[in-house]
Amino acid sequence: MVLVKIIIILGVILLVVAYLTYLERKVIAHLQVRIGPMRVGWHGLLQPIADGLKLLVKEDIIPEKADKWVFILSPIICLVPAFVVYAVIPFSQHFYLANINIGILYIISISALGVYGIVLAGWSSNSKYALLGGFRSAAQMISYEIFLGFSIIGPLMLAGSLNTLKIVEAQSGVWFIIYQPLAFALYLIAGIAETNRIPFDLPEAETELVAGFHTEYSGMKFAFFFLAEYANMMVVSSMAVILFLGGWKGPFLPGIVWFAIKVGAFLFLFIWLRGTLPRYRYDQLMRIGWKIMFPLCLLNIALTGIIYYLFL
Amino acid sequence: MHQIFFWGFALLAVFSALMVITRRNVVHSALFLISTFFWVAAIYILLEAELLAAIQILVYAGAIMVLIVFTILLIHVEETKIINPWQRQRPIAILLGVFLLGEIFLILSRALFPESIAGTALQQVAQEGNTEAVGKLLYTKYLFPFEVASILLLAAMIGAIVMAKREIEK
Repeated sequence: MVLVKIIIILGVILLVVAYLTYLERKVIAHLQVRIGPMRVGWHGLLQPIADGLKLLVKEDIIPEKADKWVFILSPIICLVPAFVVYAVIPFSQHFYLANINIGILYIISISALGVYGIVLAGWSSNSKYALLGGFRSAAQMISYEIFLGFSIIGPLMLAGSLNTLKIVEAQSGVWFIIYQPLAFALYLIAGIAETNRIPFDLPEAETELVAGFHTEYSGMKFAFFFLAEYANMMVVSSMAVILFLGGWKGPFLPGIVWFAIKVGAFLFLFIWLRGTLPRYRYDQLMRIGWKIMFPLCLLNIALTGIIYYLFL
Repeated sequence: MHQIFFWGFALLAVFSALMVITRRNVVHSALFLISTFFWVAAIYILLEAELLAAIQILVYAGAIMVLIVFTILLIHVEETKIINPWQRQRPIAILLGVFLLGEIFLILSRALFPESIAGTALQQVAQEGNTEAVGKLLYTKYLFPFEVASILLLAAMIGAIVMAKREIEK
């Protein structure tokens, strides 16, 4: 039974991730008054499948001076944490894999490991562009992981549990976004930075670093990094839905549909931001993080604590 | 079932730990150290200390090791290969080894008596769950050591910032 669930969840996520690339190309195209992919299938609907097949049969190049084992291992290290965290995400009241007490902590600690894939990919490629991309990414992800963790303490204090199901149940009346607007904003910024998306996509800034940490990768290994990025986007969105938007809760429609709608809204926001915002400079990124986000996170925790103690 | 998992995780942990100290390439050593942390975390989960396991991965495998890997990557691996890894470390290693052995014996001898600290803590965890129990103990019974540890960490952090600033000013 559990195995069937795992296969369903993995299959659906892989499919959604594939079509997320299609959605991204289409939405950005329309934002920029283009039409995007049109040739493969009706309005290009089969494009992701064609892309997948292409990447699968492409020649797989390992640079001669690369550290072979680490080079092969890095995309896997990147991809596995991104998929393993779905184990504790409740898609609806009854559809989830594991109900564990440390749910949110599990998501945070496992997804923190993805950074190794990026750093080691940069290092093992033995290329300057890749190494610089890897370093940038490491510094960025370590910093913003801290803010991500601190920004969710507010809602966790209100829920009084780390269990993802209990957190959603605690929002039966009012969603936590009403009580925790500051935490929500901070979480969203940290989440975008954590997934290396525009405006925080410095690790792969094309104009300076070619393609950043995955410059030397090709074929399926390159696709792994791509899949990991999109899977991480979905994890960040799902966590936002669980912590701030009441998870599967909503009127009339079944829980799983509500969950999909809410996650979809976040994914659209990610793409929308990419089509709208320019990229930050590296020192700006670090300054925003440590001098603005971090004090605000601490302020939010202190305020939540005081108000909780006085009024609830 | 429990036993099989325990031996599997334990063997993998010891194997990874051995690989850490025998690899010539520091990056490979670091990778094996991360895997050691992982297998130890798996054993924590077998012991139903899930909070400890999550913290182990978050703090050690996730945060501290990233910083270590970060530093290692800046060093040229070829240069470090020549140096004899056992240089002048023998007396310190023996001293630390003796300490660790003593610690293991102490813990084992305590665990053999049911009325030990470990016993009462386990009962508490069984009653109200991991996170709550650890949180409560930290803020009541062990408040003083907890605060001392916080001040120690704060002092280390200020020290690091002061040293880094001095470098920049030069």
